[in-house]
Amino acid sequence: MSTALPPILTDWFQTKGWAPHPHQLDMLARSHDPALLLIAPTGGGKTLAGFLPTLADLATADHTGLHTLYVSPLKALAADIKRNLQTPVAEMGLPIRIEDRTGDTSAHTKRRQRADPPHILLTTPESLALLTSYEDAPRIFAGLKRVVVDEIHALADSKRGDQLMLALARLQTLCPDLRRVGLSATVDDPAAIARFLARHPDPCPILTADPGPDPDIAMLTTDQPPPWSGGGAAYAIPAVLAQVKAHNTTLIFHNTRAQAEIFFHNLWLANEDALPIGIHHGSLDREQRARVEAAMVAGQLRAIVCTGSLDLGIDWGDVDLVIQIGAPKNVKRLVQRIGRANHRYNAPSKALLVPANRFEVIECLAALEAVKAHDLDGEPRGDGPLDVLCQQILITACAGPFDADTLYAEVTTAGAYATLTRADFDACLDFIATGGYALRAYDRWQRLMQRPDGLWQLRDPRAARQIRMNIGTIQDTDTLKVRFRRNRGGKPLGEIEEAFAATLTPGDTFLIGGQIVRYEGLREMTVEVSPDPGRKPKIATFMGTKFATSTQLSTRILRMLQADDWPALPGHTRDWLALQRRISRLPEPGRLLIESFPHDGREHTCVYGFAGRNAQQTLGLLLTKRMEEMGLDPLGFVATDYATLIWGLKPLTDARALLDPQKLEDGLEAWFKGNAVMKRTFRASATIAGLIDRISAGQRKSGRQATFSSDILYDTLVKYDPDHLLLKITRTEAMRGLVDFGRVREMLERVGDRIDVIRLSRLTPFSAPLFLEMGRVPVEGMARERLMAEAAEELMREAGFS
Amino acid sequence: MVHHAFTLAGETLHALPSGALHWPAQGLLAVSDLHFGKSERRVRRGGMALPPYEVQDTLTRLQADLDATRATTVICLGDSFDDLAAQDGLTDDARLWIARLQAGRRWIWAEGNHDPGPVDLGGTHLAELRLPPLTFLHIADPAGQGEISGHYHPKAQIRTRAGTLSRPAFLIDASRVILPAYGTYTGGLRSTDAVLDALMAPDAIAVLTGRQAVAVPMPR
Repeated sequence: MSTALPPILTDWFQTKGWAPHPHQLDMLARSHDPALLLIAPTGGGKTLAGFLPTLADLATADHTGLHTLYVSPLKALAADIKRNLQTPVAEMGLPIRIEDRTGDTSAHTKRRQRADPPHILLTTPESLALLTSYEDAPRIFAGLKRVVVDEIHALADSKRGDQLMLALARLQTLCPDLRRVGLSATVDDPAAIARFLARHPDPCPILTADPGPDPDIAMLTTDQPPPWSGGGAAYAIPAVLAQVKAHNTTLIFHNTRAQAEIFFHNLWLANEDALPIGIHHGSLDREQRARVEAAMVAGQLRAIVCTGSLDLGIDWGDVDLVIQIGAPKNVKRLVQRIGRANHRYNAPSKALLVPANRFEVIECLAALEAVKAHDLDGEPRGDGPLDVLCQQILITACAGPFDADTLYAEVTTAGAYATLTRADFDACLDFIATGGYALRAYDRWQRLMQRPDGLWQLRDPRAARQIRMNIGTIQDTDTLKVRFRRNRGGKPLGEIEEAFAATLTPGDTFLIGGQIVRYEGLREMTVEVSPDPGRKPKIATFMGTKFATSTQLSTRILRMLQADDWPALPGHTRDWLALQRRISRLPEPGRLLIESFPHDGREHTCVYGFAGRNAQQTLGLLLTKRMEEMGLDPLGFVATDYATLIWGLKPLTDARALLDPQKLEDGLEAWFKGNAVMKRTFRASATIAGLIDRISAGQRKSGRQATFSSDILYDTLVKYDPDHLLLKITRTEAMRGLVDFGRVREMLERVGDRIDVIRLSRLTPFSAPLFLEMGRVPVEGMARERLMAEAAEELMREAGFS
Repeated sequence: MVHHAFTLAGETLHALPSGALHWPAQGLLAVSDLHFGKSERRVRRGGMALPPYEVQDTLTRLQADLDATRATTVICLGDSFDDLAAQDGLTDDARLWIARLQAGRRWIWAEGNHDPGPVDLGGTHLAELRLPPLTFLHIADPAGQGEISGHYHPKAQIRTRAGTLSRPAFLIDASRVILPAYGTYTGGLRSTDAVLDALMAPDAIAVLTGRQAVAVPMPR
């Protein structure tokens, strides 16, 4: 491989009137490094930097077979990059074949690609994992020299990334000289991504491109104050429309799909000038999304209401403003979103934050300060998850018989699995081979056998088909397609969650793709609807991801609350904070504030843990369990990112007993037995590890069938095989994600015994919004038994029974 | 264990929170609709393979009730097995456990609509059992008196200050008791259903099961 720019490329740059960026030349100069990470802002010529060594190599020497593999988290990005690469390759007249391979590629093309691979193959982690599962993988990848992992920061946060790195470990065994390149947006901990990318223990130098000027970012000021709770930000619609009018193209980001739908709907009701505004999110039909994307690229839209589906990569051209609706929850994601505006290198991005409720005003201000201070947040990720490893063992077995020692050596070259113990590896192998103790009697979970020569192989080679169909780590919530009724053309609109569909009765209305539709019925796993513009919609709950406010952002908010006054905050929010300080007190870093007060005939306890929505939810479940044991008769709770409000029959008197960390950990263990969130965590891991099939024999199981099966499996294992590998994995997963017990533990350790319990005669300014919050969780316990007995007695007396 | 005591045809009976009926004077425990083998049947009918642990779960609760009441006679009021083939699907462990529970006790399997044939486990098989003044059978006879039956899996709802709660329930009037289903994974029929409404007298009560047995006027 050459390290200088070959003449043909130099000429091409010259005819274009461009000069290569310094970081692009750096990448070329270091093209012999076994691993290399480039950190560059959006629009920094990142992709070309990644491909320059490949183009230089292929321009100067013949190569047969696959030369470079490009992996991105998005199918659309792979297709986009193909177009962007083909232009310079054609202009230089290079004999390079470039193809993409994703879930959308036809079976015919896929077969041909296996027989005759292109020079550059653009793909996704899942399609790559599938390729490595074929018996002829060594032939497909013969001659492979380079792999480029794009948007690696997005992959490094997820199991998709872990799966990719295990696939790269496999490729490295097949092609020992394989060189790895990672392309990343700005992140908090580049070294962690470098470790994740490189073959352990190879070094991985980090190149950093000029980050460009700081963004121009502010909070959107409105005449009307935001409401006390909720996430719709409908109050800001006129101000947002005014901004859209004042700019060429605006991206309006939302944290959830449901919020995006509602906002889009309201935006159109107020859009008197009929500005062309589109909507884009992951639940919309692919055709609809493609139409919006095309209109966007053609510059026909003034604004797009969108979600994380537009977070990554694709070049949208002339975006000059990004609006974030709702607190960003996470500074890193905010910075990456802001980068979507002004996709030109060295131009400042312009962004506005719109808080959706009163507390988010504070959070937005904290986020603004964090962006200015370049203080990005990130939660360190633990060791490589074992469910992904289980799937890797299955994938390996599909490709042919394998030796356990060799496979162990191979997987521990992936950074995330470098510390994997042999015992854990063997436990995964045993689970794949036998199903584990409680399931040993079932053939379907006995998948491997050891041959006389010591190698492991599939017990039934036909199982390979089933395993291949279930490759992947993406947990899509179970969704149903939505279509107009056939006689109206059967136009596909998008998808809604099965759980939401189950709540619909014919005649109900909901929003999808900005239209109000009426539910007509369910037909073969498709929701049939008809247009119904006249009525008020029942709101679609696309469960989606509810992001929790990051630890760093929460800490920043707590620090902010300590100020004597808050001149940067709008008056209404300032007054609210001052009132809270006067009536109760403001939460402090390193301390835990608990308010206890009666309201509406019940006793309330409000715990300001600032641990993020998921952890506060978990805290609610654990605290109500403790209160049950302490005889306080809790009835239910509700959680937000900063507090948990619990109501019940008796007031809290002993906070230290309530928050005893050991008791709470015990509670978590007991809670494993029957909690729905825990079951969902289990289901995700069980699917990845191959205990449950997502798809069987050509057809996808309905979510409810799968839930039923996995819930029963879960109960069974908890009762009869509590040490089963999958339960261990579930416990590990419970430390983060939806359960996020890690943050509860961290919060308790941080506050120690610095707990302030304040007894008040009525509710407080900070607790008031919690009374309006959605998502109340009832507690099953003695309070309910007591109320049941009370209600029963009353009924019996009324009915004249003695 | 907080039971609900009542009289039927002059006999004192206890509705236990577990869903079993105890007749202390006779040392008798009645349970209904165990539905052993429900998950096993799902597999045979093409569902996904599920470990048949619901048998253990049901037996664990039955064992606890027998330990607490020291009953010497057990009557299972029919639909003990999900269907005939479910008996063959019982694991050896489960068979042994049932045999252990049967040791030293009089054990009667009453005939149900799911399992009408003879049973090859220990115990006596009867269409119904008469122990005057009471009669034990699977499906209530609208004209019967002093009757103890199952079959319907009754459930009842009650509105409390914390919202509506629904539980498997006994239905009791002066002529009969209908027992809730005792088995794990069994569904239920609301007490408001027309069939139950027609069967029970206007002054019938429902006894909700759970941690304690709670009596209410039967919700209609």
